[in-house]
Order: sequence, then C-alpha cells, then structure tokens
Amino acid sequence: MQRRQFLATLATLPAAGIAGRLFAAPASAPRFLLVFLRGGYDCANLLVPYASAFYYESRPSIAIARPDSSAGGALRLDSDWALAPAVREALEPLYAKKQLAFVPFAGTPNLSRSHFETQDDIEHGLPENGHADRSGFLARLSGTLNASAAPIAFTQSLPLSFQGGGDVPNISLARVGKAAFDQRQSAIIAGMYQGTALAQPVAEGLALRQQVAGEFAGEMMKASRGAVSAYGFTQQAPRIAQMMRDKYRLGFIDVGGWDTHVGEGGAQGALANNLGNLARGLTAFAQAMEDGWKDTTVVVVSEFGRTFRENGNKGTDHGHGSVYWVLGGNINGGRVAGEQVRVTQESLLQNRDFPVLNDYRSLLGGVFAKLWGLNAAQSAKIFPQAKPADLRLV
Amino acid sequence: MKFARIRPACIAALLVTASGAQAGTPSSHADLLWLDRVTYGVDSASLAHFESAGRERFLDEQLAARDERLPPAVQAQIDAMPISHQSIADDIATLAAARDKLKSSDDAPAKVEQRKTLRKQGVALALQAQERELLRAVYSPAQLKEQMVWFWLNHFNVFDRKGPEAWLDADYAETAIRPHALGNFRDLVMATLTHPAMLVYLDNARNSAKQHNENYARELMELHTLGVNAGYTQNDVQEMVRILTGVGVALNPRMPHMRPALQAKYVRRDGFEFDPRRHDFGDKVLLGHTIHGSGFDEVRQAVDLLVAQPACAQFVSHEIATYFVSDDPPAPLVDAMAQTFQRTHGDIRSVLRTMFDAPEFAASLGKKFKDPMHYLVASVRLAYDGRAAPDPRRLVAWLNQQGEGEFAHQTPDGYPLVASAWNSSGQMSARFELARAIGVGDVQLFGGVAMPTAPQLSGPLFAQAIEPWLSQPTLAALNKAQSPAEWNTYLLAAPESNYR
Repeated sequence: MQRRQFLATLATLPAAGIAGRLFAAPASAPRFLLVFLRGGYDCANLLVPYASAFYYESRPSIAIARPDSSAGGALRLDSDWALAPAVREALEPLYAKKQLAFVPFAGTPNLSRSHFETQDDIEHGLPENGHADRSGFLARLSGTLNASAAPIAFTQSLPLSFQGGGDVPNISLARVGKAAFDQRQSAIIAGMYQGTALAQPVAEGLALRQQVAGEFAGEMMKASRGAVSAYGFTQQAPRIAQMMRDKYRLGFIDVGGWDTHVGEGGAQGALANNLGNLARGLTAFAQAMEDGWKDTTVVVVSEFGRTFRENGNKGTDHGHGSVYWVLGGNINGGRVAGEQVRVTQESLLQNRDFPVLNDYRSLLGGVFAKLWGLNAAQSAKIFPQAKPADLRLV
Repeated sequence: MKFARIRPACIAALLVTASGAQAGTPSSHADLLWLDRVTYGVDSASLAHFESAGRERFLDEQLAARDERLPPAVQAQIDAMPISHQSIADDIATLAAARDKLKSSDDAPAKVEQRKTLRKQGVALALQAQERELLRAVYSPAQLKEQMVWFWLNHFNVFDRKGPEAWLDADYAETAIRPHALGNFRDLVMATLTHPAMLVYLDNARNSAKQHNENYARELMELHTLGVNAGYTQNDVQEMVRILTGVGVALNPRMPHMRPALQAKYVRRDGFEFDPRRHDFGDKVLLGHTIHGSGFDEVRQAVDLLVAQPACAQFVSHEIATYFVSDDPPAPLVDAMAQTFQRTHGDIRSVLRTMFDAPEFAASLGKKFKDPMHYLVASVRLAYDGRAAPDPRRLVAWLNQQGEGEFAHQTPDGYPLVASAWNSSGQMSARFELARAIGVGDVQLFGGVAMPTAPQLSGPLFAQAIEPWLSQPTLAALNKAQSPAEWNTYLLAAPESNYR
C-alpha cells in the first residue's frame, strides 16, 4: 500500500469500513450509543422506590433516604420514584429538559443470574428458544442500516454485540497517547497485509489509531501537564462524543465495576461514586456532541438488577430486573417509562429481585424502529420474534 | 529457492554480518512451519536441535518433555521468587491466621491496614506466578509441554482476583497442572478437583449436604469434561453436586475432631480436605449409573465415569485440535484423536501424537492465527534468542495489555482459542504497538546486562529460518525501514509473524 493510498483510507473512514458502505449518511441521520454496565448495577439505589416502605425494610444500612428528608438528597421524579443524590447534579438538568428517561423492570427473560451467560444473551439479542444465528444485535442493526450505520466499538476487543456482521472497527479511548506509527510507517505495515484476510482490520486499526491521536492531540498536551487523568468513563465520554459527532453513528462502550456484593454504600459510597462518574460522563458526552446531540440517542443497560434486600455484607447479590436509561436530544423524556408494578414483597420475582416487565429486545427494537423508521421485516432481523414496543421515548 | 534468495534490505545487510555463512543443512519451509507450531516459535537453539535430531526424535523428546533446563540466569530468577519456597499449606495457614486476627480485633483502622497488607501480599504472589509461567514459556526447551501447561491452565481456568485466589494460583499451576500437562487427563481432572484454587474459584468449598452450591459441579461437566449439550441433564448436575458435597479447603491447620466412624473417611492433603461431616452419604445416580454413598471414593468413581464418556473424548480432542490445528478442526482428525483418547483412557501424549501425525495437521501449518500469548512468546523468543531474560514484569504487562493475561480471565470458560476473538482492528493495532515495543528494545529491561538499544532480529536465525520464505510485500516493507528498530518492528508486524 502506498502512503497516498493509506491516507485515502484514513480520509474515508468509516465510509470504507464495510464493503458496500460507500456513502456517508446525511448529517442529520440518527446516532445511537449503547452503554453496557457490566456486573449488574444495583438499580434500586439509582432509581429509588421511595414510596415503598418495603424498600426501607429491605435495606436497613444501604437505603437512600426519601427525597423530602434533606437538602442535596434524592430528586423526586414522580409519586413512586426518586433519583439518587449521587447523580442529581449531573442529571437533573437533562431530566428537566426531557432529555432523560428511565425504564424500570427492564431486562431479559434469562434467569441464570450468571454474569457471563446473561451478558452474552443480551448481546446476542436472540430469542430464548435457541437460534442458529450467533451474531450480535448491533451487528445485525448495522447490517440493516447499511450505509447509514458507521459502527464503532470504543472497547479493547470487539464486543459480542458487534460480532458476526462484517468488519466493525474498535478502539479503546482509555489511553489516546501519541500513535506508535506515523503515516509512512502505518502505510508500510498495512501494505504487508494487502490482499490478505486481515487487510481490512489492519488498515482500519492503524488508521483509527492515527485519527484518534490526531483528534485528541490538544487534549494530550493538557494531559502531559498532568491536568487530566486519561482513565475512566468520565474522561472517555467527551472523546467518544467527538468521534461520534464527526464520523460514527452507531457506538458501543462498556463500563465495569458494578458487582457490589460487599460494602455497596447508600447515598454515598462505592456505588454512588460509580453512578456519579457515569452520570457526569453522560452529561459530558451530551455537551460534547454539540449540535449532534439533537440526533443522538443513548441507552444504558446492564445484564441484571440485584437482590432487592441487602445481604449480610451490606451489599447486594445477583438479581433480575434492571432499570435502563434512555438519553438524547430528541427523546420524549423527563419521565419514568414502560410497564411498572408497585414495589412490594409480593411483586418481587421469587421473593428476591425485580421482575422483568419490559423485555430488552422489545424495548430496544421499538427505539430502533422509531429512530430509523424500520419496517417489521427489518426489525425482525435485528430482534427475531420480538415485537417492538413503543414506549413513546423517541 | 536458494539461488533466487533476495538480499536483505540495506540496513539489514549491515546488521546481518553472518548472513549466508551459517553452517548446516537448511530446513525446508514445511520443517520450519512445523517447528513453529510444535514450539511457541523458532529460536536458534530449537532450530539447531531440530536439524540434528530430525522431526521424529524432536517430537518424541517434546512429548516426553525430556529437557526442561532453563538458562541459569532465568532459573536463578525463578529460584529467587518467594513462591518457589512457600507451600500452599503455609499460605493457607497465613491466611487463616490473618483472618482470625481480623475477626478478633476491634481496631478498625488497624484492620483496614491489615487488609491492605494482605491484599498487597496476594498481588505480589500472583505477579510472581504470572512471571514464572511466562519465563518458562519463553525459555524452556520443553516447548510443547509449556504450550500444554497454558492450554490446561486455560481449560481448567482460575482467576486470581477472586477471594484468596492470588495466594493459591502459583501452587495450582505448579502442582495440579504441570505434572499432568502431558500425562493422563483423568489425573488432571482429579488434581484440579482436589486443589484449593479450583474449589475456591468455583465455590465448591461452600458445597455441603445442607447447602448446595452447584457452580463447580456444573462446570466440571460442561467446561472440564463433557461439553455443553453432551446429553447430561439438570438432574445429573444435581447428583454431581451431591457427590461433591464436603469436597473443600482445609482452612484450619489443626485436624478437626469427629466421630471415629467419620474420622476414617476424612481426607486431607496440601490444603485440600474432604470433610465427611459435610457430605451427603445417600446413593446417587449419575449418567444412569448408581454410585453408592461411601465418601470421597464417590468422587473418584464419578470422575472415572465422566472421563470414560465418548463425549469427553470428543470434547477434549476438539479443544486440543482447535488450539493446535484450526479454528474449525476437521471432524476426521478430531475423531481419530478421540479414538486414541478412549483407547488409552485419556493419555494426553498419545492424543497429541495422533494429532501431530495426521495429514490434517501438516495441511494446517502456517494458517493458525496466533493468540496474544503465542504472539508475545514467539516474538520474544525470536528477538532475544535465548539471551538474558527481559524483565519478566514487562512480559506480564505486555500480555495483559493484549487482553490475555495469565490467571486474569474472570469466567471459567477460559480465553477463546479462535482468531476472531483476537484479530479485530483495535487488537491488530495494539499488537503492532507490541511489535514496536519489542522491536525497539529497552535497555532498562535488562537489569545489569548490557544490551544494544534494539535487539538484532536480522541475524543468522533470520537469514536461515525466516527470510527465505517471506512474501514480496513483507520484503518490500523491510526494505523501507529507516532504522534497525523499525526493521524489527516490521518483521514482527508482518503476517508471517502473526500466524503459526
């Protein structure tokens, strides 16, 4: 590969990313980012069922106080739910602008309560009765959208969600130091792979690395003065926004550290810190999207919720139903959406955790159908045998 | 194509002083690909020995792990590690004493400090375990055994960040995996089943007649022996759970007291214990066979039964073939290996020989994409060619950066063995950065040993074993290198260096 050719590849990314995807989408086409919280975050300490006396009975040491009890406390969302204090400052403005909604009792029918099985299950997005296809649902969405997808995963390896659908680029933005190779060297390496099975990922990987180093050159200078730590979602979020604003329309990022079996904390503590970082990251993402935010939708999911009662170690164990977040400049938010049930001991699944009333495949299928105007056949390709649910979120 | 051999690039030519002057019969391309597959990757010593011994004897020696001598400097590094001198019983006693102290103390700040110290000790021990595995992978002449040690550590995966695992994993590799890596599969299952690292990792230490925990029982069948959907039922899993009740970890250094009738059934060894007080002595029916309640012997019977299943022979053979031959190994090859497995009652050496002798193996050479472990070890072997050890902490960090750290896979399924898990665009560019890190070299890596800034990959080994078979695009790339470090980087980044 000649240097000129390599530069051409660089310039056309991601349009050259997938064979046949030759035309860039119009500027106003929808953008979608999936944020996967791996580890099963404790949704009952984010979206607090403060009207439920049972909640306070079940969590003697980690419950979050009712919204009216103190200044700087939880934010009352409606007669049932309040938002944890840790995320209040970051999320209250978005909620007020109706750019944020929550869907409680969301998740999968998978009852294994196993992290890896449930995560895989969600990323495949296939019906429970088994399915020959083993691709991920974002890969199928990308295939369906074809030219307007421009997919990318902001992760070290390609997540299952994006596997099995052609070459989808991936790059972790945790560290965006100087690229190891300049354009001359990148072109030489890519040249060795021309005509081989890895030609595409090699050229794309090298080009992406260049692009990222270029995009964040200013930030790196700041970092080199010791001002910015390059770790964590809060730091990565604006970079992700910059990439999605300029070139990509379908993104994936995962955030870990949610498996709070021990010492979870309440209004403050380990989970509150994590949620605070996540919320600040998402707000920073929204801001950094600038004008693009009005065409952008973000959904935050997790493999399962946790036990409704705290355990003997002031933490919570693996549960079932979760709370998904929906954010975007164009969404109909400012509310708690989807099917709900009053939070009592009787409404728990197996007297243990939240039931799932809003199936993730229907929920996401409904969002995708609305965003891109997909027909029934297209929706069925992404989530076979699932009926897209219209929660009037987008 | 001896006469048509292309001269190395101008810079390489300056470096390759001995090029063309190398004595000995040149091996064929097929020989070198074979050697690259049977070992982690060719180096001068393995090539010289291969050329004098020939394929057959070389393979015999590898299957027998005849020579495991490390270079003295590397052996000294390993000997200096505390894990080389501590027994697992000591480690468990230390942990138990620390826990008792924590329990009895009311001094909260002191407890925080003590927990921190314990955690630090654990991290240090786990790092040594990783360093030791990597040093042996790079430097041991028993290269096939080293690959099988990695393979079984992955098959019987443990994770050093769960509970006290960091304290147990070095011993797990050393006593449960290594002695059986080329031995008998049943022995390997029993060794992992009776090791505290596995019993803690998959929670069987918590499995008792009164309180079942089916984590290990399920994985023993699904991931270790039979494979998923191998015809066993949820009921079989539950019966296996009952058989495994009381199989756990001896946390107390003192022998427990119990009725003499039970005492006779108590088993204890190196941190492992079978506690009859926690065992369900009822009869069980596993895979249609009745196993009478008798104590620990039930476990032996159950493992015999699992390992004798044709599904086990198929499952294990398929996985070995996926690791060594192809992402989608040909069914006739797997069948032949499974037949050997059954005929020899799980003799791993024989199964490997069947595989290496098969035409499917020969046909697959050079086509298997290297996972990060293979890539790192092969590259370091080539770059340093038996010379003094790079700082092993750097090796550990490199492997972690590529996402395949030792004892670092959280879930019991182990790392995937197929290319698609490792060759995404982001992973390829990360790998090229590793190529650069190795190719550029780093004086700080070599404590006390004077090294040139860049390792000399373009020496006689290159001329003899690599250069004659490089593709035109790779040669063209090498030709464009503007420094020795850049030349090294391109060689390690080339497709030829990424497949085995």
